[in-house]
Amino acid sequence: MAVIDVNEKNFEEEVLKSDKVVLADFNADWCGPCQMLKPIVHEIAEERKDVKIVSINIDDEEDLAEKYEVFSIPCVVAFKNGEEIARSVGFKPKAELLKLIGD
Amino acid sequence: MYDIVIIGAGPAGLTAAIYAKRASKSVLVLEAKAYGGQIINTPDIENYPVAAHISGFEFATKVYEQAQALGAEFKFEKAVDIKDLGNIKEVVTESGVHQAKAVIIATGSENRKLGVEKEDELVGRGISYCATCDGAFYRKKRVAVVGGGNTALEDALYLADIAEKVYLIHRRDGFRGEEENVKSLKARENVEFVLNSRVVGLNADKRLESIDVLNNDGSLRTIEVKGLFVAVGRIPENQNFAKVVNLDSAGYAIAGEDCLTNTKGIFVAGDNRVKNVRQLVTATADGAVAVNEAVKYINNL
Repeated sequence: MAVIDVNEKNFEEEVLKSDKVVLADFNADWCGPCQMLKPIVHEIAEERKDVKIVSINIDDEEDLAEKYEVFSIPCVVAFKNGEEIARSVGFKPKAELLKLIGD
Repeated sequence: MYDIVIIGAGPAGLTAAIYAKRASKSVLVLEAKAYGGQIINTPDIENYPVAAHISGFEFATKVYEQAQALGAEFKFEKAVDIKDLGNIKEVVTESGVHQAKAVIIATGSENRKLGVEKEDELVGRGISYCATCDGAFYRKKRVAVVGGGNTALEDALYLADIAEKVYLIHRRDGFRGEEENVKSLKARENVEFVLNSRVVGLNADKRLESIDVLNNDGSLRTIEVKGLFVAVGRIPENQNFAKVVNLDSAGYAIAGEDCLTNTKGIFVAGDNRVKNVRQLVTATADGAVAVNEAVKYINNL
């Protein structure tokens, strides 16, 4: 599945009301480690049909970043049934990201 | 067996890989995290010859691709030991062992931590080691910077433009950083100096809310801040190689500009080496010099 771009309007629908576990990748264009994380996040999106991956640009979505207390990027937050279950900050290898969803 | 195993895929290690491949040597580069090293956190490089502006990520990606195109092999494994078996060296990683005729250690350095309880769990929730990376999240908020060197002073200046208020906490009276920076900070109305003081406690619910600061006179003060930027220096990542390479008291590998260590066949390049100037351009230069020495060594075996 492709990575879905999420904003304030569709956040509730795509993330909080999702049937699947969601990995939300908070990022920005100017952030180097975010660009390094991107291909890994895309790989997980392709491989894992049971997980939904969304991308949130924190420059466009300041309010979402503030609401979910993202103060350093890249920041990947795992949501299950509308609740945060885990998060990781900084560049992490794939295995570390998969740990967020219990693998 | 490889001719050369390079530990670390930062600017020094990647440049070493390019030079080694161009010298027709087989090369394995080991990297614990992601290629690029520290430089990927720099949004804009303005002091490297050729490009007036280039992002650290773009720079790292170009050098990485250049090394790959020349045939350097990459494995994302953390090196934990080097065994010196004479003409053969064994680099032990968390998941295997790689043999080489020569090894170049280009592991760079990592941020020094404060060593205060809850520091690790609050990274990204108020604790940061990079003001230019995370400063934007603290617009109109109160923040503190810890440290007395130029990085701390520059971080405080950078944050003074963004944050509501900046506390600059330093354990001594005077700063190691440049006097010019101190003057600029003193001229800022929203910067408060908290000298002769150390951060001894982090108060947080889910995220950082305040810090406890102990003055050398014994008085304790709690300061409300949403962000604490730690700039207390860097630690060279040589700890795993102290058996084969002599380190100075700060942990830097002792080697001259020729990148030779006390062990034949083991070389050191980049920020983890004893040197005066730690810049992108000196790291890449080290990569080239270390390979030159390594090739000479291998050809004489």
